[in-house]
This record gives sequence, structure tokens and C-alpha cells, in this order.
Amino acid sequence: MSSIVSYGSYIPRFRIRTEEIAKEWGENPENIKSGLFIHSKSVPGPDEDVLTISAEAAKNALRRTDLDKSKIGAIYVGSESHPYAVKPTSSILVEALGLTYDIHSADYEFACKAGTAAMQNVMAMVDSGQIENGMAIGADTSQGAPGDALEYSASAGGTAILIGKNGFADFNATLSFTTDTPDFWRREGEKYPSHGGRFTGEPAYFKHVLTGAKKMMDKMGTKPEDYDYAIFHQPNGKFPTRAAKMLGFNDEQVKDGLLTPYIGNTYSSSMIIGLSAVLDKAESGDRILGVAFGSGAGSDVFDMTVNDRVKSLKRERAKGVMEQVNNPIWIDYATYVKYRGKIIMRGA
Amino acid sequence: MSEVPRFWRESRHRYRLVGTRCTNCDTLYFPPRVICPTCRRESVGKMKEEEMSGAGEIYSFTVVHDGLEQFKMQIPYVMALVKMKEGPFLTAQIVDCSPEEVKIGTKVTATLRKVRSEGKAGIIQYGYKFTICP
Repeated sequence: MSSIVSYGSYIPRFRIRTEEIAKEWGENPENIKSGLFIHSKSVPGPDEDVLTISAEAAKNALRRTDLDKSKIGAIYVGSESHPYAVKPTSSILVEALGLTYDIHSADYEFACKAGTAAMQNVMAMVDSGQIENGMAIGADTSQGAPGDALEYSASAGGTAILIGKNGFADFNATLSFTTDTPDFWRREGEKYPSHGGRFTGEPAYFKHVLTGAKKMMDKMGTKPEDYDYAIFHQPNGKFPTRAAKMLGFNDEQVKDGLLTPYIGNTYSSSMIIGLSAVLDKAESGDRILGVAFGSGAGSDVFDMTVNDRVKSLKRERAKGVMEQVNNPIWIDYATYVKYRGKIIMRGA
Repeated sequence: MSEVPRFWRESRHRYRLVGTRCTNCDTLYFPPRVICPTCRRESVGKMKEEEMSGAGEIYSFTVVHDGLEQFKMQIPYVMALVKMKEGPFLTAQIVDCSPEEVKIGTKVTATLRKVRSEGKAGIIQYGYKFTICP
């Protein structure tokens, strides 16, 4: 059975408050904060992208384990904002992390669940014996069009999950639920994505998240109270909170994995950065339900149990999620649009 | 002229701070050298690649107010001479901080960042920069 051997996340230090964005567009920030439940979001620096964020997340994962890097047989990166349209992020990471060249690598895309799709592939390769260990990364530097509701949420961050045998958190099961649902998209060559407004709720997010979670609990014969932690894809703070309530989870089970109110929606890292925050504190015996959602649309669901090997996990070797959340550099809207390439520069 | 071949040859050194150690006199060099300038012919065949830890401290620094076109977005920014834990000195940008936070002796750690790109269609060059240790 495959398991999590190590994990690591990276959140850019730059942050912008909801008030800063709202004042430029004549919106009432209190309406945004109460409506979307987002207070601030992370912003990548002008020299950061999915490759640099993935590298830092992966280095944090590697710091927490003494695993010989030559034993990593696959690296997959899920994102919707890869630096190149053609040229894999994953191959650059092989060199940047000093991994063996005898490695499977590829970039994945499925809106916000590309990182968890990568996890499922690595799990299958470990379970089949094709590789001993593999790394799955979900990272994004997503954009929202100026003035669009997405501008309050689209943020940046990444999480790397190192999967192998004899890790500290066992995967009890995983499943996916997929339909053709046009809730959110970005055409090739377009800078900003489009979305279906309210259509992104019921037929997209809630249908796939709730169905996926229910199917997993049916499969495993579990109820919400059997889980110590539940983490849901978090495009804003409101959707996962409501989904949890509809499924019967309480605030205690959800709060540690809910980060969007402080760092925004990190897209391909959204659910797994919540998982990373939970793994920062989970103890042996804790059972975790993770539900990722990707527009287009589908959900990837994971049922995990932390085992005794967590006691020898070297968490302190890398910065935890909350340590990074609580280390911001606040910027104003002008700096934000400059860093995000939203103003036209000479020679651009 | 494209810098792709040169960039590619140096990528592992720039990504992971891989230098070369002369196993004759035990000196680590960065950027890597083919022969040791001290041991000269004695070092032939004895230079071994070695990855640095990324830990260092600021030996000296300057604040750039009139930067290169590609760094215009980042001014004012800090360029520093960093003394690595393993010995070599290297020149690098200090990021994610204001110039007021940088002092001689400040502990820093290497981070992988975009350094420059050959326009919007060209290759992106990644390499080391440094952030201040908390």
C-alpha cells in the first residue's frame, strides 16, 4: 500500500489584502470578506513562477526525509500556469533537485486538481511496483482578470507530496468522479480565465465535491465522524465550509486545512496545501479525508490514516504551512499589478 | 545570439550551487574550475563536483537604484557578496526583503528564482538568489 513518505509546501511571501483590491474597483471589502470569506491572498514575486515554487516545495519535502534521492523514480507536476506551453516543468525540476536522470517525468493539467491527478498516478506506480518512490507536485501562479471576482482569490503556492512504501500516512483508498462541466476555462493563448459565474457552484464544485466524498465514505463504510480532519478544495473560504457542513463535518475537522481565507486559492495546490497544514500537526491514528476539485470538472478523493512512523518524521527541518502563512510582506495594488504583469512595460 | 547552449551547460551549477573541489588541496571553487589554480597540474583528474548547502552570510552588499532593464520592476534591489558556509564567495541578488533589512553578517539561504529571460518567446534562465534567514 502506498503512503506519504514526506511533504513540503511553499507560499510566496508577498500578500495583498482584500481591502486593497476592493478599493480600486469600488467594491465594499466587507461584502467580499463575508461573501467569499477571503481576507488576503499570496502573490508571487516578479522572479517566481510555477517552477521556482515547485522547486522550493519539493526541497522542503526532501529536507524532511533521509531518503536517498536516487530512489525517486517519478516526478509529476500539476499546474494550470506552467512557465512554458511546450517544455516541461518536471524536467527542469529533475536537474534543480538533483534527481536521477533515470526517472519518469511529465506535466499534468486538470484545472485545480492536476496535482492530485499526479498523486494518483504516483500511487499507482508505487502500488504496482514500477517505482519505489515518486514525487507529485501541485503548484500555480494563477491569474484573475482585473476587476473580476477571481482577482480576490487567484493566488500562488505549491505543495510536493513524496509517495512510497513505509511512509507515515497510508492511503486507504482513492477515487475520482469526472463529468463534462464547463464551469471555468481558459482558451490557449488567453491571459485570463473565464468562468460561468454562479454556475461554478451547484453543478460544478458542489456536485463533484459532495459526490466524490459520499462515494468514498460509501466505499470505505465510514461516516464524517470517523475522520479527524477533512480538507476540501477551496476556491474561496465559503464553498469548502458549506460543502463540509452539507456532508456533516464540523468546524473542528475542517479548520486546520482551510487556508484560502489567508492565502487565497492556490489552485493545483489548493487541497494539498491544506493537507500539508494538517500533516504539520497530525498524530498517529488520525484519519484524513481529502477532496480535490478541478473545473471542467472532476474530483479526486483520498482517504488516509497517519501511522506510528509519524513519530520519526523530521517536520522541523522545513518551514510548516502556518509558519509561512504568518510571515507576509504586504503589498499595495500598484505593486501587485506590476508584479503580476498586468501593466504594459516597454519591450513587453 | 542565443545563450541557450551556455545556459544549458551551466544549469546544474546555477540551479543547485554545484562547484568543484580540488581533492589535492581540499579547496572548493564556485563557479566550478577544471583545474585548481593553486595545485595546477597536480589537480588534473582530481577536481570533483560538490553541491553546496545554500547557507551563507552577507560579506558586503550594495543597493541598486538604477538597474538593468530586466530588473526595473525590482528596484531598489540588493546585490551582495555572499560568503558560503563551504568557503566560496559569490555575487547574488537578495530577494523578498527591503534594503533596510540587509546588513553585513546577515545569514542568508539560497533559493531558486528566475534570473532573466530572452524576451517573451525565449528561454527562461533560472538560478540562485538568496533570502534572509528568519
